[in-house]
Amino acid sequence: MTEANWPLFEVFIRSRGGMSHRHVGSLHAVDAEMALQNARDVYTRRGEGLSIWVVPSSAIKASDPGDKEMLFEPANSKIYRHPTFYKVPKDVGHM
Amino acid sequence: MYTQGLNTKEAHSSSPADAAREARFQARIDEDEKIEPNDWMPAAYRRTLVRQISQHAHSEIVGMLPEGNWITRAPTLRRKAALLAKVQDEGGHGLYLYAAAETLDVTREELVEQLLTGKAKYSSIFNYPTLTWADIGAIGWLVDGAAIMNQIPLCRCSFGPYARAMIRICKEESFHQRQGYEIMSTLARGTPEQKSMAQDALDRWWWPSLMMFGPSDKESQHSDTSMRWKIKRFSNDDLRQKFVDATVPQGHALGLVFPDAQLKWNEAAARFDFGPIDWEEFRQVVSGNGPCSKDRMRARRKAHDEGAWVREAAMAHAAKLQSREVAAKLAAE
Ligand SMILES: [Fe+2]
Ligand SMILES: [Fe+2]
Repeated sequence: MTEANWPLFEVFIRSRGGMSHRHVGSLHAVDAEMALQNARDVYTRRGEGLSIWVVPSSAIKASDPGDKEMLFEPANSKIYRHPTFYKVPKDVGHM
Repeated sequence: MYTQGLNTKEAHSSSPADAAREARFQARIDEDEKIEPNDWMPAAYRRTLVRQISQHAHSEIVGMLPEGNWITRAPTLRRKAALLAKVQDEGGHGLYLYAAAETLDVTREELVEQLLTGKAKYSSIFNYPTLTWADIGAIGWLVDGAAIMNQIPLCRCSFGPYARAMIRICKEESFHQRQGYEIMSTLARGTPEQKSMAQDALDRWWWPSLMMFGPSDKESQHSDTSMRWKIKRFSNDDLRQKFVDATVPQGHALGLVFPDAQLKWNEAAARFDFGPIDWEEFRQVVSGNGPCSKDRMRARRKAHDEGAWVREAAMAHAAKLQSREVAAKLAAE
């Protein structure tokens, strides 16, 4: 096979008005225009979306799974960032 | 789903450090955590998944051929629209699955090449011919029915991209089975000739459908580790039995007779007992000697070769557009 490989795109779809775009999968296309057309055929055959984003996969920088603890563990001990950490006198009612 | 460019290949040796990593990996699986493409995984886990997911993808793609054969000859516009949509879905399934396999550090081109050179296998069922319109009914009912039985547990597979692809696929499959059963029931309730067409299709597709679940548990090579890794959740024989138990009453409801004299309800075991499968036929079909094996490969290669100029032209066009864009930007500056 001597052909050059087609670039990979990640596909994001807004399923309903008011929702954010969500990653649904990926596909190959020669450019963003074709990626949009293909995404429409591959990922929205049953009214799954109102809007599509395509992003070249090579443009995505992902965090390293090995850094998971370093990055996300510190948040676990900071329970004072949640409303349930604070006591409100009963007679004040809902706050 | 994610980019293969993000995956780093692991150097695999059996050092003590690897044993520790493998233990941690197994512990994550035991906890029902999902494994994602960038996570560490044993080389054999990666290999097993590439093989399984790509075989699955190839099956979806080759599976378009037997049914595609009837699109132009569907008896009504309603049937034609439904069959076209179904075959298009199967193409989509192939694409979701190739994309899932690609997260494991193989390229689409490598996978397609493995199919076209005959190195990779695909489901034995697609090597049988579709001789009459009733076969389209039998395929939807039995073949998609068997596929669903197999695919539902895969939605909980330990590898995230595969599990997510399977969830999408399963949502689309149930229409496939229902449209097939509708075709069968229309024929079974039609003229005597139509009913005999339905019966003939069941006669030819029943045993090959049972073979779709693969070799019996006594002979299946990859089962134990696949179970431990939660790539597989049920054994071949368990899934086959479930399929028989679900499908036989559906056939009886149509007044059709299954081509198995030993098929009988077993009250004590609360399941249908069925006769022995012709494993020699299975081995022949899997190793490329099925009635349509040569045709299927020829059709895939032809489509690939004749589509080459389209792929090349699309690349050239994209490059031209891009260079024009660059030139226009420079001129504007
Ligand atoms: Fe499918
Ligand atoms: Fe299907």
